[in-house]
Amino acid sequence: MIFSELYSAYYNAVAAILKAAIDHPLQGEELREIVRQHAFGESILQVEPALREGRWQLLRPDGTTPVRKEPSMPLTLLQKRWLKAISLDPRIRLFQEEPLDLPGLSQAEPLFTPKDYVIFDRYLDGDAYEDETYQANFRLLVDAIHCQYPVSIEMESGKGRRVHTVLLPRYLEYSEKDDKFRLVGSGRRSRVTVNLGRIRKCEKYRKVYGAFSTKPTGEADLQREMPFQAEAAPHTENVTFELTDQRNALERVLLHFAHLEKRAEELGGNRYRVTIDYDREDETEILIRILSFGPMVKVVAPRHFVELIKERLRSQRSWER
Amino acid sequence: MSYSEVIKNFNRIRDYMREFYVYGFKGRDGFPYKSGRSYDDERRRLESWLGDYMGFYQTPEGKRVFLSIDSRSVRHNPLYKAWKARSFTDGDITLHFILLDILASAEQALCLGEILTEIDRYLSGFQEPRIYDESTVRRKLKEYVSEGILMAHRKGKVVYYSRAEDTPLPGRDMLDFFSETAPCGVIGSFLLDKGTGQEGIFACKHHYITGALDSEILCRLFLAMGEERAVTLEMTPRRGNLVSRNTVVPLQIMASAQGGRQYLMAYVPGSNRIRSFRLDHIALVRTGERSPRFHELRQTLDGMRAHMWGISTQGRTGQRMGHVEFTVQYDDQEQHIHRRLEREKRCGRVERIDRNTSRFSADVYDASELVPWIRTFICRITDVHFSDASLETRFGEDLKTMYRLYGLEGGDSI
Repeated sequence: MIFSELYSAYYNAVAAILKAAIDHPLQGEELREIVRQHAFGESILQVEPALREGRWQLLRPDGTTPVRKEPSMPLTLLQKRWLKAISLDPRIRLFQEEPLDLPGLSQAEPLFTPKDYVIFDRYLDGDAYEDETYQANFRLLVDAIHCQYPVSIEMESGKGRRVHTVLLPRYLEYSEKDDKFRLVGSGRRSRVTVNLGRIRKCEKYRKVYGAFSTKPTGEADLQREMPFQAEAAPHTENVTFELTDQRNALERVLLHFAHLEKRAEELGGNRYRVTIDYDREDETEILIRILSFGPMVKVVAPRHFVELIKERLRSQRSWER
Repeated sequence: MSYSEVIKNFNRIRDYMREFYVYGFKGRDGFPYKSGRSYDDERRRLESWLGDYMGFYQTPEGKRVFLSIDSRSVRHNPLYKAWKARSFTDGDITLHFILLDILASAEQALCLGEILTEIDRYLSGFQEPRIYDESTVRRKLKEYVSEGILMAHRKGKVVYYSRAEDTPLPGRDMLDFFSETAPCGVIGSFLLDKGTGQEGIFACKHHYITGALDSEILCRLFLAMGEERAVTLEMTPRRGNLVSRNTVVPLQIMASAQGGRQYLMAYVPGSNRIRSFRLDHIALVRTGERSPRFHELRQTLDGMRAHMWGISTQGRTGQRMGHVEFTVQYDDQEQHIHRRLEREKRCGRVERIDRNTSRFSADVYDASELVPWIRTFICRITDVHFSDASLETRFGEDLKTMYRLYGLEGGDSI
């Protein structure tokens, strides 16, 4: 099953230690560094003495090992079944043109199928993963992120206008709720995000871009001198609200916002104060998510957020008169 | 027993991690069913695994520990680390590496006797060589065959063992992505551990990482569904110490991308109905007999989903079905509101009344499940109607309470 020592950080650390010891006698500091890389904060207190004292008889006192081949473990049945299950996901085609067909997988039953697991509240206008142009754009962007070259993108804006941009891709962001990918990159002036579903044309950018004093002579020049903004962090804001634990509100609210950085404290009398951090561009989304909890949640800071809530409530009240 | 950062039982740490991550304001006294020693040990383990994400603050009642993770800014779910902390014996780890090395080096399959001889040869260089008896090695070989990492074949009365065929891993990007987004993604994380630790290229928004703590439960339910078997669920007591058990036919997992919860939809023979069980409330899954009605019951659930907004299959009033509808108005510049309704309608219907007005309606088992979503349209709801009059009254009263909370109708202004 999943909770098995076969997948443990200690086994991974020891595999790396043995790999090094096959190559050369392993000394203390190198061993400790390997443990730091592969295991946990306090693992060194367990691993090194166990090997040195011969409780784990895998490393001789001189730092050599009786193990002859670089440690490796064939995939477990569980790993194969999981791979088989993801091979049934339509998003697999974003990563390769052909279906996933690894040796050893053909005999494996999928761990789950699309009928076994459904997301019931996902939005209905997700990206078209089976569209070949979408797949090709996706693969180009993945390559551009790895190789760090700029791309030229033509896309449709939210208002239906054709827009062109050039950016240096940094990473792809996926939203389970929206079932969409966004590209996050650096533009000339700021951080740029592009919905992959809106991209109409996408290609490697080969021209000179920006204020070069001399024409770049090759790919390396182009990349070095490209005047893109360094990767910019999102603008983080925070909102503080008080909640009354009625109708199981405490658990519902804290679980609902669990994916954001937050601080919660007990005020007494069934009341709690919670502060969550959010990206400024998601303010409207956070606002309506807070509204969804109705009177169980009352925003207390910052002032502008309180005003946003009040404005919505005032508008709502105007319909009732 | 002295402290160790690795553990034998996952359920205890599962509870602590959820408390520190989801709540984050409870101190030692907030865990009334746990001893002080247990609290200290689990907190220390979490610091060892997840030190970068742990925070502390002091209150008059004592120190408060919390886990704070912006899941959008991490490339890999940090909670997976807990699944990599299984304890083992000194004999287990020694035998593991020697056994796999013996079989990797052998030109042909080996029988138990040959393997035992080789093990002794490997260990002879140590001052006090460990001695493995035949039954221990046979048990380990059998375990590894069932895990799929070794193969066994019989020639006459003798069983020969060899390593399973090596399977090349798919691309790292694929594993990076699905280890975060697919069910039981921790298995993808185990696969990633086989490669180099390069930074992934995917981030996830609206990413609820707590589901990772329920991976073993989820996995057992998948296996039971795959074999069309009933299961007995042992539920975590929410209050008190009373553990409840339910024998059910598992039919489907329904997960929420907007709330982070995962539910098992299952048929309960005792009450002859299909209902939901939260995965994070399940402590144990025991697999039972095959259910001849599995397909028929799953088909029934498929049919029911046309009237399920969330996971509820029964309303509060006992009525079979409830009707809900509401109308929203928006400006010329707010045409995205209609698109939003279309995008978020699930099993409901959306009509455009005119250029600035849209109406949503649905017939569902439990109309109360729609209330939070309807509230997200506050500021533009021109009318709302529930067939359950008490829901309609409560909706209106809640709105009035909100007006008061924000000082729009007297009361405690802020």
